[in-house]
Amino acid sequence: MKFVTAIIKPFKLDEVREALSAIGVQGVTVTEVKGFGRQKGHTELYRGAEYVVDFLPKVKVEAAVKADQIDQVIEAIEKSASTGKIGDGKIFVFDLEQVIRIRTGETGTDAL
Amino acid sequence: MKRVFALLALVGAVAFGAPAWAEEKVAAPAASAVVAGSTAPATAVVALVEAGAPGEAAAAPAPVPNKGDTAWIMVCAALVILMSIPGLALFYGGLVRTKNMLSVLMQVFTIFSLITVLWVVYGYSAAFTEGSAFFGTLDKLFLKGITPESVGATFSKGVVIPELAFVIFQGAFAAITCGLIVGAFAERAKFSAILVFMVIWFTLSYIPMAHMVWYWAGPDAYTDAAAAEAAGATAGFLFQKGALDFAGGTVVHINAAIAGLVGAYMVGKRTGLGNVAMAPHSLTFTMIGASLLWFGWFGFNAGSALEASGGAALAMVNTWVATAAAALSWLFAEWMIKGKPSMLGAASGAVAGLVAITPAAGFVGVMGGIVIGLLAGVVCLWGVNGLKKLLGADDSLDVFGIHGVGGILGAILTGVFVDPALGGTGVYDYVANSVGEFNMGAQVISQLWGVGTVVVWSGVVSIVAFKLVDIVIGLRVPEEEEREGLDLTSHGETAYHH
Repeated sequence: MKFVTAIIKPFKLDEVREALSAIGVQGVTVTEVKGFGRQKGHTELYRGAEYVVDFLPKVKVEAAVKADQIDQVIEAIEKSASTGKIGDGKIFVFDLEQVIRIRTGETGTDAL
Repeated sequence: MKRVFALLALVGAVAFGAPAWAEEKVAAPAASAVVAGSTAPATAVVALVEAGAPGEAAAAPAPVPNKGDTAWIMVCAALVILMSIPGLALFYGGLVRTKNMLSVLMQVFTIFSLITVLWVVYGYSAAFTEGSAFFGTLDKLFLKGITPESVGATFSKGVVIPELAFVIFQGAFAAITCGLIVGAFAERAKFSAILVFMVIWFTLSYIPMAHMVWYWAGPDAYTDAAAAEAAGATAGFLFQKGALDFAGGTVVHINAAIAGLVGAYMVGKRTGLGNVAMAPHSLTFTMIGASLLWFGWFGFNAGSALEASGGAALAMVNTWVATAAAALSWLFAEWMIKGKPSMLGAASGAVAGLVAITPAAGFVGVMGGIVIGLLAGVVCLWGVNGLKKLLGADDSLDVFGIHGVGGILGAILTGVFVDPALGGTGVYDYVANSVGEFNMGAQVISQLWGVGTVVVWSGVVSIVAFKLVDIVIGLRVPEEEEREGLDLTSHGETAYHH
């Protein structure tokens, strides 16, 4: 099993969710996050005061998937989250040791 | 807390134990119409007419308040209250960080309540009774002698309004003036220190300034040259100087702005200024607050005509148009200089325009009002940028940059655009019962007297009051509490749960 964490542009969330559903991903967890990468921050101006905002709002999408599905998942996220402009985000893939469904106690791929 | 009460007691002693004010009262023959508190309807006004012109007086019927005027002033009083809560509170609240939102709302709300009580206890009496040129007397302590039948003068001969309507209208002014000051030292001042300072400053700066600018015997006292001279001698110091201040540019805005600037210096800069982002947490609230200020300001300015008249309509149109002009000039200047027109710029410009048109509202023509507004927008933009850097004080919400700069600009320009040749109303001569000859140079000098007096008076009172409070209870919260936010550390609650 694999665990995928994708950092994407907030307005791309719906497209990413649809793309993942379309290839049979059963569930994702979404978090609003802030961070910085190569995309520069911006400057905000309030009367005489200027503030450089380094941390930009992004959305973090997390999903646990079957190992044989991972290439499809990466492709789906890449396609749906891309704008071609700087700041599109990144996808991180981890090996996933175990998954347990709390209600039934099922484990492994049965719990996905 | 003990020290707070000790200081309050001290202030009380100064305020109440000042029989000197009463002794200074001139035994003038003309009783004041503005302060005509009496059990029988309008007897004071009659007495005054008799004193001035014994021959005609017997036939003059006692003036009765017009219901339209009465309704108008009461609605205006409520509008001015809307400016403080929630208008000003939201305008300021949106400009601070999330962790200090409630502290600002609480400061404005509490000051409003505190000054309201003080106003009816001694404020009204000390501001609007005939005393010296600087203070009234304590003759109407606890509104003594003011009944539903008591009347006060307006700006027209023989036209009166219920004195109680005047009491609440003026009380709303006193409350918002004190509320304005807190913006200058928001996010770090101690709550108890603010309250004690307000009691002292209200007593020793607001009350005398209101008396100096607005107290006069009323138009009915001005029957002939001799009577006018006698009545004039009983008026407030700046009234006698001929300084025009329609709705409180000096009394309210410059007065509060100077107190705020002194406070910003004496309380000191916010911890982390320049290193920590201190961006406004909700410009949505600031926009709502600014709009409520604009709306309430119709009561503030048009109500200051004291009658539901064409003069009130002129003040209302100026308050509408000058404000719009100032919002536009600020945001266009910002657009040109900084690249983007901002919501905060538009809201700030509107408030700057409101401040600048306040002393002029009922005196200038609409085109004069537009010019005042356009200038206020760009000059106050400088006030919160270039001038702020020059002054070096951390005036957190730009009380001086907007209310001080806009107030001074408006006070001076009132002397220019009141000129009938520039579309103004001119200055009414109550002896000749017509608009007098206008001398712009002399009028501008009178206006400068007003500005100079309030700057020095409020400055000195503020320095002494802040110093006193600093010694007794300390002006600011400990650094740790400031970092954590005043909502939690001063008030034990948070504005947002998310």
